[in-house]
Amino acid sequence: MNQQAILNVENFSKQFLLHEQGKVIPSSSHVNLEVYSGSLTALVGPTGSGKSSVLKGIYRTYLPSSGSIHYTTSAGEVINLVDATEHQILELRRGEIGFVTQFLHCLPRQTTEDIVAQPLIQKGINPTKAIDAAQTMLAAMKIPERLWGISPATFSGGEKQRVNLARGLIAKPRLLLLDEPTASLDAATTDTVVGLIEALKQEGTAILAIFHHIELVERMADRVVALEPPVMTDSISEKIA
Amino acid sequence: MSANEQFGFLDEYAKKEIRRTTLKAVAIPGYQVPYSSREMPMGRGFGTGGLQLTLALIGHGETLKVIDQGADDSVNAVNLRDFIEMTCPGINTTTLTDEADLIQSRHRIPEKPLREDQLLVLQVPYPDPLVVVEASEDKRKVLHGEADYSRLLVKLYEDIVKFKEITISHRYPTRINDHYVIDPSPIPRWDVPKLHNSKALVLLGAGREKKIYAVPPYTRAIPLAFQDVPFRVENFYDAKGNRRTCQRCNCDTSFLDEYIDSESGNKIYRCSDADWCEEQLSKNVSEKQLHEKVMLDEQAYDRQVETAPSSENAYQALDVPQSADEIQGVINA
Amino acid sequence: MHKVLEVSGLSKRYGEGCPSCFEKTGPEFDTNICPDCGSVVAAHNLSFDLYQGEILGIMGESGSGKSTAVKCLFFDQEPTGGSATFYDQDQAYPLFSLNKAQQRRLSNHRFGMVYQNPHLGLNFDISAGGNIAERLLMSGVDHYGDIRQRAIDLLSRTEVLTQRIDELPKNFSGGMQQRVQIAKALATNPPLLFLDEVTTGLDLSVQAAILDLILEIQHQEKTSMIVVTHDLGVIRLLADRTLVMKYGRVIESGLTDQILEDPQHAYTQRLVASAL
Repeated sequence: MNQQAILNVENFSKQFLLHEQGKVIPSSSHVNLEVYSGSLTALVGPTGSGKSSVLKGIYRTYLPSSGSIHYTTSAGEVINLVDATEHQILELRRGEIGFVTQFLHCLPRQTTEDIVAQPLIQKGINPTKAIDAAQTMLAAMKIPERLWGISPATFSGGEKQRVNLARGLIAKPRLLLLDEPTASLDAATTDTVVGLIEALKQEGTAILAIFHHIELVERMADRVVALEPPVMTDSISEKIA
Repeated sequence: MSANEQFGFLDEYAKKEIRRTTLKAVAIPGYQVPYSSREMPMGRGFGTGGLQLTLALIGHGETLKVIDQGADDSVNAVNLRDFIEMTCPGINTTTLTDEADLIQSRHRIPEKPLREDQLLVLQVPYPDPLVVVEASEDKRKVLHGEADYSRLLVKLYEDIVKFKEITISHRYPTRINDHYVIDPSPIPRWDVPKLHNSKALVLLGAGREKKIYAVPPYTRAIPLAFQDVPFRVENFYDAKGNRRTCQRCNCDTSFLDEYIDSESGNKIYRCSDADWCEEQLSKNVSEKQLHEKVMLDEQAYDRQVETAPSSENAYQALDVPQSADEIQGVINA
Repeated sequence: MHKVLEVSGLSKRYGEGCPSCFEKTGPEFDTNICPDCGSVVAAHNLSFDLYQGEILGIMGESGSGKSTAVKCLFFDQEPTGGSATFYDQDQAYPLFSLNKAQQRRLSNHRFGMVYQNPHLGLNFDISAGGNIAERLLMSGVDHYGDIRQRAIDLLSRTEVLTQRIDELPKNFSGGMQQRVQIAKALATNPPLLFLDEVTTGLDLSVQAAILDLILEIQHQEKTSMIVVTHDLGVIRLLADRTLVMKYGRVIESGLTDQILEDPQHAYTQRLVASAL
């Protein structure tokens, strides 16, 4: 096992300041965790404990309210993702950090295989090879071939999730963030996905994941971090112009 | 002309301004130089621009030729020539291109190549080729300044799309010295190549629009076209592939005007350049005459040989001078 | 990734101006009209960078100054303050210090602009092909066959029926006019493209097609773009990063997904909450 802490989150907190309602909504508080290359850290905790916020805070879909997130790039540089510039984050998202969310955002007319091939094409891989790899991945996800050439807009929730996963896994990122990746999948497909994730682990990917089933945590996690729901603070009326 | 009247009708200030404008025009080939065009005793549209140039430039003892679409005897040409003669005493006039120092012309350049010591003044109705694509003079000035003629070129593109060729017949936009594009006045396409590397200075005057511009000698003058759709001159070939000729002088290399014969109703073709036609014709006539003269001489010789007396007396009968005095007498006669 | 554009402190004020113009206008004052002198502060203190192959979104409602910024960069208007540097082929061009001829050279050869109103971007007196030809001719191409072929290629790329290449734009639908505009803007392969509300007012299906096209162009040509819009959906689909403007000021900027999911400013939160 490659013991290298790719990601080091210290004292991460996230609150939402809603101006209109004059409220502060806490989400995550005082989260500390580490993720190592070639291993999986699982985030567990009841609903409302801010698990998704941690992932989003790392990916910068959310702005962390406090704390630090130290990430070691493939070049060996350690940067604090909280302070990184937008361009640095964009570069990392393109090349090193992958995030499989629960939603599939895609363009109206992109075909399924295009969507899955895209991360590879972005990395500069020959489009034909990328499509080939995408098709292999889609087959592994048990998406029927007749669906490869159409947009996933009309797919079922489970199918969309598999397309999402395919896209997230195909690029073999250095750090992979997974938000309930098997939530809408049946047992068989879940097994397939587990297999793919294990394979990624073997290749050195560092994984931070939220699983909805405790068995998956037991099956896959090398480390477990438990989050507590944040302490509810009183409503603060604050208007920032 | 009274003592108070100026040579050349215009006062000296006006002439000086025109000359300075002309110098500027020559120094910036193709650039339309504005000048204060005077009101002349003839309407705008009758060549007042060309006229003012001629009046400012012609000098005592010089020879003037005035043509209108190639003809010396058209009403406009006659009027202009008369006026210039009247206001510039001491100048000569001619119809012969060869003899002229200054040629003022409407809508044609003479067929005969001009020399370095000659000056051509063209009459221009509208100097600015961009006026068809841009109404604002301010914007046109900027376009000229940046040599941005794309909108003009688009017109050529659209022509080719519609008609498979560029259909501009006269006033063909021509780029001078690789920058300014000019309207060379309503000369036919036939005449445009004469501007390129011309030996003579070509001046263009627009009286109504108050602009003077120039194509200096030995200057590049390239009509606008595309690499794969080059500039073409008028085609004088008939349906059978024969080049039409002038009905009068038989020339097959000149620009021809088309007429309808009033009697037969047929189309006939004649040289547009009257002086050129005349020259070709006299060449033909003199050739013919020479030919006939030779024939006559031969016949006369043959007759003489037949009737010649065999004795010396016959020689005397021929009336050939015998003595030095007689010879002198013949000379003095 | 290299920087293509660097804008610093861009300002545009209409009117005579006075010392309090900038202090008494902006989102905190709910106005961009100076209370003392009546001048309009259309945009003030706008700063951002743009990298190659990136799409920057500028979002705001009417009067936010978003279009003003782009108009200044494309030389349609003159800014009253600030600077902008364009980096191209190892050269740095200080846009507002260039003379008009240099500015025109850049805007003809290295920039592309697509307006919301096709009348601003197209010449309605010449055919669709002619519009594209004009841009090519401006950049010095002088081979008719090449021009024609490129026009056909661009129109088919933007999904305009190539049989209609010789028709006048007034015969086209709004969506098609926009596509001709895009084809025209792309004719010279510009490294920097400005898109000002290009899908506003178009049918949804047409919008989708045009947005698709824009993304395709970004992928294939690595064109850098600035997309001005008030539509959150367009921002979400196209922009990597976004600026949110109100009353001439940038009130928030960040990665697009962050702006949309975790807006910090009160106004941005309201905007995002209002999206249908």
